[in-house]
Amino acid sequence: MNETNSLIQIKGLRDGLLVSLNDAPWDEQLSALLSHVDAQPAFFQGARLALDVASQVLKVDDLVALRDHLSERGIFLWAVISESPTTQQTAQLLGLATRVGKPRPEETRQFAIEGLGEETALFLDRTLRSGVRIEFPGHVVILGDVNPGAEVVADGNIIVWGRLRGTVHAGANGNRKAVVCALEFSPMQLRIADQTSAAMRPQTQTKPQIARINQFGSLQAENWSPG
Amino acid sequence: MPAQVITITSGKGGVGKTTAVANLAVALASDGARVVCVDGDIGLRNLDVILGLENRIVYDIVDVIEGRCRLKQAMIKDKRLPNLHLIPAAQTRDKNAVSASDMNRLVKDLRSECEFVLIDSPAGIERGFKNAIAPADRVLVVTNPEVSAVRDADRVIGILEAEGKGPGSLIINRLNPALVRRQEMLSADDVLDLLAIELIGIVPEDEGVLIGSNRGAPVALDPKSKAGQAFRNIAARLKGQDVPFLDLDTSSSLWERIQKLAGRR
Repeated sequence: MNETNSLIQIKGLRDGLLVSLNDAPWDEQLSALLSHVDAQPAFFQGARLALDVASQVLKVDDLVALRDHLSERGIFLWAVISESPTTQQTAQLLGLATRVGKPRPEETRQFAIEGLGEETALFLDRTLRSGVRIEFPGHVVILGDVNPGAEVVADGNIIVWGRLRGTVHAGANGNRKAVVCALEFSPMQLRIADQTSAAMRPQTQTKPQIARINQFGSLQAENWSPG
Repeated sequence: MPAQVITITSGKGGVGKTTAVANLAVALASDGARVVCVDGDIGLRNLDVILGLENRIVYDIVDVIEGRCRLKQAMIKDKRLPNLHLIPAAQTRDKNAVSASDMNRLVKDLRSECEFVLIDSPAGIERGFKNAIAPADRVLVVTNPEVSAVRDADRVIGILEAEGKGPGSLIINRLNPALVRRQEMLSADDVLDLLAIELIGIVPEDEGVLIGSNRGAPVALDPKSKAGQAFRNIAARLKGQDVPFLDLDTSSSLWERIQKLAGRR
């Protein structure tokens, strides 16, 4: 991954995408964000974007320029979240929301991307280290490990092609049919829908396993058998 | 040869960052390299104590940054090794006295003065840590073979990757081979299995390290010390030499070695 893109974290929200920036200089952040968007135009086309700018102090001109750049690329900026009171005021001045999580009711059904729903998957080809939290309103597929201290929350299934040692929550919107599977299955905590289970017994064998809610309504992990 | 700027960090406190900086600095300098150590732990300085230079501090890093002295004036020359210098942290200020661009500027000036700049990072992942890694060409992550230290190291490696500083190289400090053999301590393999980054050294547990720190004479100066040898090997690897890893098993007792030979582990 190149340096500029790594400044940016993107998370799927129920009503759009949340892009988190950090405190690096604004110009760098802006160009990193735009190059990230330009690299995957199909993904961002038509997206509703909320931007978390940490403690950046942004003036009206900055936000107007940002909104123009994004709308040129077919992206609708609807919220700017900031710790800085100045930036918050600026955002309000431009009619942008300054909080996400409580979307206006008429917008809840709109998804960021046309057709983004249960059957969309987020693919990550890296190991998730401690402190990383991934949330996605679809399936999540990870090519790599999920280390202790990392968390994955998905409305759909979670597939780990690697070692699962962190915390996972599949079917987070209440889907009791969701499954979690991993090549080496030893999550610190496993949740599917409203069922929770603390660490499974330590694995001595390392066969791939799959966990689901069984017919008795409790979590069960079993060895994966093909066919 | 252009200067290498190396930051030593860990996430968790007390795993031996400062000790590692002092020992690597001494090992590199006694091999002839010009070395400058920078104590990045502003407000809680102690690299000067471990190097035995605390009574010679006149100016510190904040004085340089705020322009109260020239860079050269804040560089304290080591009493044993004339090519080793220390820029001490300020004890009376806090981490907010310095920014990442201040560190970048300071280190840029140091690059022409030496072959190695070693930066001692404070514990944690907040501002002081961010300042310490900002100018680094290379980052060494120190951990102990214990679960909490490894967890924090994992978090730090994640941040390093996100900041474009690479995953870093790993030093496993205070490994006790006897405890590992009895399966009462994580082994180097267990740690590497989780962190999955390049290993640059394993330092065995050795009470000489603590004694050396208290006396202001880092153990890397002691040719007989096993831990000192481990630090000297890391220093050689930093210079690009290919040094085999120490066989720590030879420190086990005669009886354990006989058991091992007899296949009873």
